Amino acid sequence: MSSKKKNTAFKPTKKDLQKFYYDMLLIRRFEEKAGQLYGMGLIGGFCHLYIGQEAVVTGIQTAQLPQDSVITTYRDHAHMLACDMDPKGIMAELTGRIGGYSHGKGGSMHMFSRDKNFYGGHGIVGASTALGTGLAFSHQYKNDGGVCVAYMGDGSANQGQVAECYNMAALWKLPVLYVIENNKYGMGTSCARHAAGTLYKRGEGFGIPGEQVDGMDVLKVREAAEQALDYVRSGNGPYILEVMTYRYRGHSMSDPAKYRTKEELEEQKENDPIEKVKKLLMKEGVSEADLKKVDKDIREIVKEAAEFAQESPEPDESELWTDVLVAAQ
Amino acid sequence: MPIDILMPALSPTMEEGKLAKWIKKEGDSVSAGDVIAEIETDKATMEVEAVDEGIIGKIVIAEGTENVKVNECIAILLEEGESKDAINDNDVPAPKAKKSKASKEDAAAAVSQSDASQPEGEEIKDRDILYAQGHVLPPEPFDEASFMADTVNQTVREALRDGMAEEMRRNGNVFLMGEEVAEYQGAYKVSQGLLEEFGPKRIIDTPITEHGFAGIGAGAAFRGLNPIVEFMTMNFAMQAIDHIINSAAKTLYMAGGQLGCPIVFRGPNGAAARVGAQHSQCYASWYGHIPGLKVVSPWNAADAKGLMKAAIRDPNPVLILENEIMYGQSFDVPTSEDFVLPIGRAKIEREGKDVTLVAYSIMVGKSLQAAEELAEMGIDAEVINLRTIRPIDRWTIIESVKKTNRIVSVEESWPFAGIGSEIAALVNEHAFDYLDAPVARVCAKDVPLPYAANLEKLAIPQVHDIIEAAKKVCYK
Repeated sequence: MSSKKKNTAFKPTKKDLQKFYYDMLLIRRFEEKAGQLYGMGLIGGFCHLYIGQEAVVTGIQTAQLPQDSVITTYRDHAHMLACDMDPKGIMAELTGRIGGYSHGKGGSMHMFSRDKNFYGGHGIVGASTALGTGLAFSHQYKNDGGVCVAYMGDGSANQGQVAECYNMAALWKLPVLYVIENNKYGMGTSCARHAAGTLYKRGEGFGIPGEQVDGMDVLKVREAAEQALDYVRSGNGPYILEVMTYRYRGHSMSDPAKYRTKEELEEQKENDPIEKVKKLLMKEGVSEADLKKVDKDIREIVKEAAEFAQESPEPDESELWTDVLVAAQ
Repeated sequence: MPIDILMPALSPTMEEGKLAKWIKKEGDSVSAGDVIAEIETDKATMEVEAVDEGIIGKIVIAEGTENVKVNECIAILLEEGESKDAINDNDVPAPKAKKSKASKEDAAAAVSQSDASQPEGEEIKDRDILYAQGHVLPPEPFDEASFMADTVNQTVREALRDGMAEEMRRNGNVFLMGEEVAEYQGAYKVSQGLLEEFGPKRIIDTPITEHGFAGIGAGAAFRGLNPIVEFMTMNFAMQAIDHIINSAAKTLYMAGGQLGCPIVFRGPNGAAARVGAQHSQCYASWYGHIPGLKVVSPWNAADAKGLMKAAIRDPNPVLILENEIMYGQSFDVPTSEDFVLPIGRAKIEREGKDVTLVAYSIMVGKSLQAAEELAEMGIDAEVINLRTIRPIDRWTIIESVKKTNRIVSVEESWPFAGIGSEIAALVNEHAFDYLDAPVARVCAKDVPLPYAANLEKLAIPQVHDIIEAAKKVCYK
């Protein structure tokens, strides 16, 4: 059992880079399409896009083991794609159709897949942290070797229940990796205006180690995730990764993002995580044409998902009444 | 002047206790703060400290004596210089004869008619859906009488504990978490002995952070565990209500049926005694409002065990609204481990033809007492023990009203949007033509619960309030 993190740099193979590129591009193209469908009035209500943050979930998910569970907030499309959930089922849920993961009854913020160990999609800020700590509790109770990766945003990190759960997770040495996706804004309020101190350091008082990671670089995220997961899986209790990232779009589709400047956004786009991997792949000898082919394949998958999401019928009216309760045996 | 040392109360609800042990003996001198004796109730053990300085002149109550009343003289303290002769034996109240422990509880139980006939019930497909659509459905069949052939007398507290223990033996995924449930043996001693039998992996003390541990419980249930989350009182569950409603109750629906939350949230609900406004609220209508939750509220010990077992076995989130004052009362409880009460089925505690009294939790006992007094006035009341708040047993209520043509709802909660309001709407919708008088509600007064003993009594429904309401709907 290692109680200290190893300091081994992650050396990606060409195959790793190809996977990162594919996974991140799938998220970006999927989100772009979701944005389009929203603009067409096919997606309603809330729709929180992940564009710009792709390296976070990709770096972490690829470091996980199959028995690990994942839970996140309402900015959840990318986490589902990373968990290998079907883009068609996700997009059809966004359009509120029967073919969606929740048969159209959950929407953008509420999808789940037991098969893929994905436990939502939660709309209440801070809730996913407590629920994720509970998933970790179940890994420990069942002794199944799994770790729960519980995502939260920089906004969630301020919630009282997060501190409550840090305390219990540390006290009981629960196998949970807390990932704070710090995209610098809790809705429209910048971190500087909503959070005192440094978010990953908030575990210190509970004896939970943590670190800040460059979330615009998938290799750095992957390296930190591998080490953190190893630490947690070895029975040391929780770990906090504060992943510094940026969302290119507003908080949700209805957000014009007037609280930040165009220059700030352009500067961040210069630091694009997908472009970085693209450059590395080209260094490895992958041609522009090969990369275009990948993009074309992904666009085809996303197009099919969008078609499915429009063709799949709305849920039957009888669905209104089902799934309120599980019928007792 | 010799000073009487009185039997102290360990809690606002304690009326009597056992004088377990004398630490000091006659002739010993004591200073203020010295431990002189140990007393015990079914909830706790406590040391009695001397308040004054002096010599123990006489021990009035021998150690081992049970049912010693609060404020009874247990010993006499002599001040410095006083001799034992100063004690006038005639002044010392004679210890009361040992009272049978169950006598008071027997009185409460006796007014429940064990032979009251119950609805036959019916197996119905898609019951939950039809219920949600507002249908009045006969409850599930259940032959309760057959279970009552073999019973044991126990307190509500013991029945709740045994219900949990039996289900924990049956299913390794069931565990209990909450404040003081393990080493302290339960703040109200409901989990007494469970740590010893099941160990710290399954009986888990939590910090005082309801929001966090309710969420941890719900998350554990998502992955197939069956948590029992105890709140020291339901008042504190307000800190956790987001997870009870948004996480536990709504996830199955939001997941299109893919992911449920088989969890039990439980704890004492409603007023205890003299604990003030923040510790005395009834939450039946709060949780009863929520689709995706089941809510039960036991009155007696048989209800407590049968509903506890049902709640733990249910694949849905279930709230158990218990009552602190009922914890120490004893009733007959079936010994069979198969005694699992169907959620959604009320019980007719007393048959009557003139007026229906419908109640839950502690108010069932008060309604039965009211029914006894009403009988003396020539009013034959039927008493329904709801047992389940949601899904409420509409059928049993409506059938009773069809027979009696008059109904009084009795609850410890406030009137606005209370369970009584729901019952009034239900009767209005389904039995309007049968009514010979408007539906009456007996509720707590619409104020935060006061501390002063006289005001508290005024605020909480009493037997005479129920009698008055019943007389009114009978135009007597």
